[in-house]
Amino acid sequence: MLGRSDYVRKITWMVRSAPIASLISALLLALIFGLILVTTAATPPAKQDEPTTGDRYLSPIEMALSPDGRLLYVVCQAGDELRAVDIQSGKVVSTVPVGHVPSGIALSRDGRQIYVTNAWSDTVSVIDAATLKVVRTLPTGFEPTGIVSDHSGETLYVANRLSSDISVIDVNTGQEIKRLLAGRGASYLALSADGKFVYGTHIYPNAGAFRTPPNSEITVIDTARQAVVERKRLHNVAGVFHVALSADGKLGVAAQLRPKNLVPLAHVEHGWVFGDSLTLFGDDVGGTVQVPIDELERYYALPWGVAITPDKSKMFVTTAGSESVTVIDVRKLLDFTRNYTHTRKQSFVNDLSAAANYVTARISVGRNPRGTLLSQDGKRLYVANRLDDNISVIDTSAEKVTSTIDLGGPKTVNALRRGEQLFFTADYAFQGQFGCANCHLDATIDGLQWDLEPDGFGKDIVDNRSLEDLAGTEPFKWNGGNPDMPTECGPRTEMYFYRSQSYNAQELSDLVSFVYSLPYRPNRYRLANGELTPAQERGKAIFERTKYKNGNPIPEKNRCAYCHSGPKYTNQRQIDVGTGKPTDRSPVIDVPQLPNVVYSAPYLHDGSARSLEEIWTVFNAKDTHGVSNDLRKEELNDLVEYLKTL
Amino acid sequence: MKIKPGILFARLVAVVVVAIGVSLAVPLATAQNIDMPRFRWENFTTANGLPDNHVFCVLVDGDRIWAGTENGLGRYENGAWKIYRPADGLAHQAVLSLALDKRTGDLWVGTMGGLSRVSAGRIDNFTQLNSGLSNDIVYGVGVQGDFLWAATAAGASRLNTRTGQWALFNERNTPMFEIWTYSVSPAEDKVYYAVWGGGVLEYDVKTEHWKDYNDPDGETELVLMKDQGLIHEITTSVSYVDKILWVATYFGASRYDGRYWHNFLQKDSGLPSNFLNQIKGVDGNRAWFSTDKGLAYYDGTNWAVYRPALDTHKPEMLVRDASGAVKNITVQSAPAHNYILGVDFQGDDLWVATAKGLSHGIRQHGSTETAQALRQDKATQGTAIPNR
Repeated sequence: MLGRSDYVRKITWMVRSAPIASLISALLLALIFGLILVTTAATPPAKQDEPTTGDRYLSPIEMALSPDGRLLYVVCQAGDELRAVDIQSGKVVSTVPVGHVPSGIALSRDGRQIYVTNAWSDTVSVIDAATLKVVRTLPTGFEPTGIVSDHSGETLYVANRLSSDISVIDVNTGQEIKRLLAGRGASYLALSADGKFVYGTHIYPNAGAFRTPPNSEITVIDTARQAVVERKRLHNVAGVFHVALSADGKLGVAAQLRPKNLVPLAHVEHGWVFGDSLTLFGDDVGGTVQVPIDELERYYALPWGVAITPDKSKMFVTTAGSESVTVIDVRKLLDFTRNYTHTRKQSFVNDLSAAANYVTARISVGRNPRGTLLSQDGKRLYVANRLDDNISVIDTSAEKVTSTIDLGGPKTVNALRRGEQLFFTADYAFQGQFGCANCHLDATIDGLQWDLEPDGFGKDIVDNRSLEDLAGTEPFKWNGGNPDMPTECGPRTEMYFYRSQSYNAQELSDLVSFVYSLPYRPNRYRLANGELTPAQERGKAIFERTKYKNGNPIPEKNRCAYCHSGPKYTNQRQIDVGTGKPTDRSPVIDVPQLPNVVYSAPYLHDGSARSLEEIWTVFNAKDTHGVSNDLRKEELNDLVEYLKTL
Repeated sequence: MKIKPGILFARLVAVVVVAIGVSLAVPLATAQNIDMPRFRWENFTTANGLPDNHVFCVLVDGDRIWAGTENGLGRYENGAWKIYRPADGLAHQAVLSLALDKRTGDLWVGTMGGLSRVSAGRIDNFTQLNSGLSNDIVYGVGVQGDFLWAATAAGASRLNTRTGQWALFNERNTPMFEIWTYSVSPAEDKVYYAVWGGGVLEYDVKTEHWKDYNDPDGETELVLMKDQGLIHEITTSVSYVDKILWVATYFGASRYDGRYWHNFLQKDSGLPSNFLNQIKGVDGNRAWFSTDKGLAYYDGTNWAVYRPALDTHKPEMLVRDASGAVKNITVQSAPAHNYILGVDFQGDDLWVATAKGLSHGIRQHGSTETAQALRQDKATQGTAIPNR
């Protein structure tokens, strides 16, 4: 790794040793690139043209097969629809409009009902498989994602990403019976072959103490009791994605990220920033065992979808950032795991030489491969290439793509789509270690705090910020050091993050366009009629107040609405509000935007406030971050309720 | 078929005689032939795994027993104790109250340092700093659907577990003239709070209105108007079952059916003491009373008291009938101590929190009546502790 002084020395050496002509050429190139940056930086890019066909992109993300194996049902997230594909012909035979941002799919055991979760509608669309029509819409928690139907066909389990719980829904009545506590960011579910247990994984880590390793869990639900009976703790794990179980019920696998967010990211050359890995569980391994899928000099970023063949001979893992499918020999994996843990009595999840013992192939597929599905006989593997609008069909014996099913999306790729592809790929980072989407999971946050700059261990710790509707919130970084998005995504990313090639001007422009296009997620705390509840109304009055309770005026700069002003609730300035830490190089903090702040815990620039309340109960002793010490507890609660509506 | 008038008269006379006989039989029955539930007591202390001998509260969750003690939460399952303390993630070592969400299996734990939720081994804490909880001293907890109700040293707090919204209730928005809430008993239609020094508060779920019930004699220890209202302002526990409210105070107990009050005092009932730490209704007629002088049971007519004798400390069971006759039943075991802080039911068995250990009352069968007396299928009840 090169420290700041190393860079200076390196550049000095280059200047001394380069011929004058070359130096002039380099300066001219730098000038031209700088002009491009300035041009793109001045304002957020204008809204990009839609695809020339006029159609929306589809973004296939999850799939299910009809019981007879004839139809492949594909959830198309950007298209807000389900497409049914005839497996034999590879043609789309039906399109079913569903809710907004569909994200998960399940079939009833008899295959008569198809259930699709609609993440931004907070519903499940119930589709009659015979007519391929939506026949009912069921309410869920916030941002429903994964879904399974139990063996009786009478109960649905739905993982709600934003409310971090699991809805238990009575199919007959359509009513939600209860909500089960899940981990943060509950997202994916799998039913055991015998139907006795549902396993749930989570895209965000559970809340933990400040600057401690992240932890997640696999939530285990007993379907007879409809209650959580176990939480398998996953140490040093943040994002966990798909989970699958073997047909004999003895082996479970979940795809996951192991972030190294407690050490400076500048150490990317020294080792991985993320460990792309799996957690194995079940009788075959006993307890939980974490295994890596990366190699010594190549990483397979964002392991997402997982599938185990019916005979348990192979395991397939889509790597969403690396455009590939990793093939694992299950027997070799289990043998290696048992031998390693037996002989060395330690974990090998950080051993980058381990994967060579059980990974047998890496199969290239399309962009941002997500959900994956095996045919019932295990001979074919389907992979949803989210950003190519197609499905790769893989012969599981030959371990090769044999065909690609075109789902019928637009044939042109516009700037936004190119930007999205750049956002989700890990190709640009050193050894393909990670991409934007590693920290901004599904273009959101990761719930982690990072040590980004090469300024020493533990300096300038920063919480991951939301990317929703960023226009008008410049500058960027918590210290406001980046005046615009091209600087944030361009040189800064190259220098501090990727340590490798960066984007050319066109790519940077596309990426910035995509980032600026990210909309707000629906806010679930606002009433449908747009009015505020009494508590929210009281909170608004506190937010906007200009006087202490004793009647004296609050200095203008210490009012909530002074810094958090304008349509995005930020005055776009950098201010010292007393929340700086001894480890910060400067106490001056960029005023963050507040819309959807409820979804982005923890809080403050370094993520030290675990809840909205702690911003004031713990970190505002001197009333420097707004005036809160004259508030009663219920008034602070009202303020929090109002902030949730922003 | 016609019945001759003479025969009809004779039958009527016979029915009347039998009816009179039956009606007389109950009040005339003596303590000697009243079959009150009997137990064999097994006691747990730190010697056999209990976290601490001072047990504030106990809760039965199927085959699993939770004991809240002064130094940790204990879970007894399959013959072994597992202990949770702050090092394990619990909000505080002093566990004052417990409530089970029967739908999800989650356990809510009120402590001296906040509220903990134990869910399949994971513990999440809610405090006055990191959440909307009004105060970290949580004397009572109760679950009502998606709401968690807490009785704290600074009023009542309600958490909507679906939205995360907290609502606080205190002297500013209820008739709560004291904010030292001590126990909560939520049900579908009403939520009752015992307010230490402030009587009882009732929350109507439908109208969202609060109403207070107070001692008509005021804040005195006089009982001028018995059965005309709550027996005393210093309430320690409430239990709302079958639309009947049972109230424990430091100066007797009360029963309220929505219209009439009936009060129980040591001098005119089977209560071994007027100093009550907890009350737990079985149904509208039967209840268990945790006092400083033993555990008492009332079946609607008769009383039984279980304790180590106050003088000899030998196992003791006293039965008092409706006439006031008391019989000492020979027993071989008793609860760990006569200072009782709480009780919960496990089928026909009892689990009892005492100042010197946790006691398991194993029902000695022989009467179907007693089996029924212990069965309770009502909503989750809050438990509380009495002492500062």
